[in-house]
Amino acid sequence: MCGIVGLFLKDRSLEPQLGAMLTDMLITMTDRGPDSAGIAIYGEDDATRSKITVQSETPDTSFATLEDDLRTALGAQVAVTRKDTHAVLKIPRGQIAPARAALAQIDPALRVMSSGDTIEIYKEVGLPKDVASRFDLRSMSGTHGIGHTRMATESLVTTMGAHPFNTGPDQCLVHNGSLSNHNRLRRKLQREGIVIETENDTEVGAAYLTWRMQNGASLGEALQSSLDDLDGFFTFVVGTKDGFGVVRDPIACKPAVMAETDQYVAFGSEYRALVSLPGIDYARVWEPEPATVYFWSHDTTPTRKAA
Amino acid sequence: MQTIDMDTTALRDLNAALQAQANETNQTAWEIVNPKGSHAIAVGLDAPIEVTVKGSTGYYCAGMNKQATVHVAGSAGPGVAENMMSGTVVIEGDASQYAGATGNGGTLIIKGNASSRCGISMKGIDIIVHGNVGHMSAFMAQSGNLVVCGDAGEALGDSIYEARLFVRGSVKSLGADCIEKEMRDEHISMLTELLARGGCDAKPEDFKRYGSARQLYNFNIDNAY
Repeated sequence: MCGIVGLFLKDRSLEPQLGAMLTDMLITMTDRGPDSAGIAIYGEDDATRSKITVQSETPDTSFATLEDDLRTALGAQVAVTRKDTHAVLKIPRGQIAPARAALAQIDPALRVMSSGDTIEIYKEVGLPKDVASRFDLRSMSGTHGIGHTRMATESLVTTMGAHPFNTGPDQCLVHNGSLSNHNRLRRKLQREGIVIETENDTEVGAAYLTWRMQNGASLGEALQSSLDDLDGFFTFVVGTKDGFGVVRDPIACKPAVMAETDQYVAFGSEYRALVSLPGIDYARVWEPEPATVYFWSHDTTPTRKAA
Repeated sequence: MQTIDMDTTALRDLNAALQAQANETNQTAWEIVNPKGSHAIAVGLDAPIEVTVKGSTGYYCAGMNKQATVHVAGSAGPGVAENMMSGTVVIEGDASQYAGATGNGGTLIIKGNASSRCGISMKGIDIIVHGNVGHMSAFMAQSGNLVVCGDAGEALGDSIYEARLFVRGSVKSLGADCIEKEMRDEHISMLTELLARGGCDAKPEDFKRYGSARQLYNFNIDNAY
């Protein structure tokens, strides 16, 4: 059992409240996943900047000289903002690959949580309310975000086993369920050169999507083919720079509820997670169909693609 | 009318109050406000009382119900009216997966759609769904009636025993050992009564009946111990 929440804002006036709304939803899902919690939040799109979020077990020492070291390595202006065990590195737009290479040299123990233009991922072990308060998630603004509360089944309760998983630039995945063919698929993906760091099943799901997209698939196509290639139970919610998507396995025993109003599209593992949203009593509330890829985007009209 | 506000009353206290009602109680009408998707609302009731939940509920609302009438003025989460013994449960909105699972008796009326596994392992309950049901509905259904005024999803009635399934719309696919059967006069009159009980104005003649072909391993007496 795990809990998933997601919120995609249509009404820009709600953007300053995104973090607060998502945090309330996340904490409601604590009893579905008290082990660890994480959130991916899509913030302001500054055309001159990209962002990398990193995590360290020893943030005091790791982050002390990181800004200077990265500036020297890249030969460009960078800004490092620390939040507890995480730090957001703002670098010139398009410099993600060289920056990641430089980070591996500067401090190999740093873990990259996310990279992209607008995404920031924060995740840690602990109760969702504690994780939310450590990162001050409540104060964050953004266009859309995804949160996850974890009750571990397939691998250890660690930071790297927490969700969301970053699957590519500005992309992330959260999962409720358990994949049963992850060991075999992990070996296959590793032979293809995909880096997988843990024994976690969801990381394999994320790596699978990354691999499919590196080979030319769109996110929608990658999600569609996951229905054929992933065995087990899953409700996936994926985030992209301009939207979010939902797909459930054909058995669909992992719960999912969605709500839509003129102001937002929201996802919750249970209706409880949605009850504090504005206008929920008048929202269209429904369960996403099994084996069906749904997507909402700021750039295009909503789509529902039947399997 | 007794009103219980879940913003100020704990779930256990709410259920204890409802479960404490005796057969001859004079407090027959109860209203629950601010359910906010909470789990296990109005479970284990055993008295002829009427409970109205003003809003949507989470997991297992009205589970194990006996005698009581539980009305959800909203949608219901997974496992609504699970293992009901008698009484009536009415859902104004939609019901999530495994509505009415393992129900032994009573009537479950869903005015919206039901999700997957509606009536799984039903054992005598009557379920009347005004809308559609999802995949694997009436899986291993043993007895009782499932009436679907809309469409049914994949694998309807897989491994079914003696339950009767009536579907007005399309059936995406039938499960193992489930077949369409003749609608005889007795079924028309049975369905007429079920539709009236469920508050449906559908015509019984528009429905098809499905049930067990009794061809699976367990139906062959030579396989008995």
